[in-house]
Amino acid sequence: MEQFTYVIKDSAGLHARPAGLLVKKASAYSSNIILKIREKSADIHRIFAVLALGAKKGDTITVQIDGPDEKNVLNDLKAFFESYL
Amino acid sequence: MNIFKGKGISGGVAFGKLYFYERTKLALKRCQVDDVDAEIAHYQKAKASAVQKLQALYDKALREAGEKEAEIFQIHQIMLEDPDYEESVVGMIRNEHVNAEYAVGKTADRFAAMLSAMDDDYMRGRAVDVRDISERLISLLLSNSDVAPIESGGPVIVVADDLMPSETVQMDKKKLLGFALSQGSCNSHTAILARTMGIPAVAQLDGQIDKKCSGKEAIIDGNSGTVYLEPDAATVEHMKEVRRQHIERLQILDQLRGKENITKDGQTVQVFANIGHVADLNCVMENDAGGIGLFRSEFLYLESADYPTEEEQFSAYKTVLEAMSGKLVIIRTLDIGADKKVDYFKLPKEENPAMGFRAIRICLKRPEIFKTQLRALFRASAFGKLGIMFPMIVSVEEVRKIKQIIEDVKVELHRERVSFSEDVELGIMIETPAAAIISDDLAKEVDFFSIGTNDLTQYTLAVDRQNQELDGYYDPHHKAILRLIDMVIQNGHRQGIWIGICGELGADSELTETFMRMGIDELSVSPSTILPLRKKIRSLDLR
Repeated sequence: MEQFTYVIKDSAGLHARPAGLLVKKASAYSSNIILKIREKSADIHRIFAVLALGAKKGDTITVQIDGPDEKNVLNDLKAFFESYL
Repeated sequence: MNIFKGKGISGGVAFGKLYFYERTKLALKRCQVDDVDAEIAHYQKAKASAVQKLQALYDKALREAGEKEAEIFQIHQIMLEDPDYEESVVGMIRNEHVNAEYAVGKTADRFAAMLSAMDDDYMRGRAVDVRDISERLISLLLSNSDVAPIESGGPVIVVADDLMPSETVQMDKKKLLGFALSQGSCNSHTAILARTMGIPAVAQLDGQIDKKCSGKEAIIDGNSGTVYLEPDAATVEHMKEVRRQHIERLQILDQLRGKENITKDGQTVQVFANIGHVADLNCVMENDAGGIGLFRSEFLYLESADYPTEEEQFSAYKTVLEAMSGKLVIIRTLDIGADKKVDYFKLPKEENPAMGFRAIRICLKRPEIFKTQLRALFRASAFGKLGIMFPMIVSVEEVRKIKQIIEDVKVELHRERVSFSEDVELGIMIETPAAAIISDDLAKEVDFFSIGTNDLTQYTLAVDRQNQELDGYYDPHHKAILRLIDMVIQNGHRQGIWIGICGELGADSELTETFMRMGIDELSVSPSTILPLRKKIRSLDLR
């Protein structure tokens, strides 16, 4: 299992555009990926769940990755968060 | 004449006839179905069809409006394919033996309600997207035809409660003059479209425009957020002038973008932007600034319930530097005093906060706060061209103390193997009479000066800027101020450093010629005044 945390810098938070891109990206991965903010969690493939996290600027998001391509996914997602969030 | 006020969500002025857009309400009936598998298959087929149609709409929007406009259709595709959405629809069909369109309708209600309940304006706006995809599905399930086209001869101002992406994308763009919405918001899809098309749009109108007014003449002002129904002659004349000014402003922008800040006789000056937030970066780029002459870092402290961490600061500075791709960005260190609301600083109450424990004085007395900011700045310096400037300086000793602390920070970063730029320019704000008067000594200690004319005027004329009683006394064109500015520029140049102005006077076109003759190197102004300033500079001949 791989995991990382990230503090959201974008003033718009995790809005529809990056959420959509995230879901799209995740469709190519084999691993299970869960996003967590405080007590709420969401499966990365489910856009409504991801949007419902209500991730805002300053929130710390935890990404848990579990599966055969977890190491690649970890680096990929870290880079994604840095660029878009 | 009736006047309706709302929120301007896209600028500009348009004159035209109103057109009421009404969504054909699809009557949703709940029916019993026996063959649930067939019903689910019916749903899947409609879904596939919808996804395909969205692809076509994406392409159309991309061609006619742009990427930002088009991407909403990709989001719609993802929403349609969402497992939670599907589970809700399929689950309802299977468990309650209901027809697909009813299941979709109820699912739409649930998801839209979830989004509408969020405390983020942007998220609430997304409830419209859920309705849109659901309407699309229901339409396909009931084999309904597409969105009704605009039935009108000429171009119109469309009146609606709000408009879904599917509706606006199919409207004949040549027929659109503007949008007047009773709901909507800045984040509405309609707002994005209107801005892309450069047409006015107003949201959240305070009154109901009667349907019977369809076809009546109106004026829409997207800047002030006003709709004039059947305007009287005086209003028409006035708004024609407002529109003329608006178009002229846009034309100036177009003509002057990319042009040099150069006088007729060849003298140049840098024109930079003053901003207070990362969100203002768009304005900086749009208005063709040569750099950022003042980036106020206070927002990091004011928008926080506690001291911003080094990471948070580093992230903000890095974002700005990267966005400006190599153009100079001057960040001013924290300029806060007892007059600002930052409880966690625990600043003692003061009689005269303007002349009190503030800005650099806080930084030097509490070096941990200062070092955190400096570390973040130097770490960010590796990502662009950074200049740092220090506010409220009154002595050479202060500058030397600052430089010593900077040396300590550099040694720390070296030890930690964190890279930073060795070319960071260090400058000070000249905003106190003391600094102006000893500017010859100060010029030996720094790489540049930036004159803060607002505070300099206040301290020099002994006038409180905030006191309306004293309006007559606050004269920024006072000889004393101009003499000090001239002295600072000459002292600076004698030591080979450059001088800029970041106070309001920089944008004062009555003084541009005076400053150019004094030899000012840089004027940093609010983004919307950059191009008008460029126009002024290019009109001067200093021979």
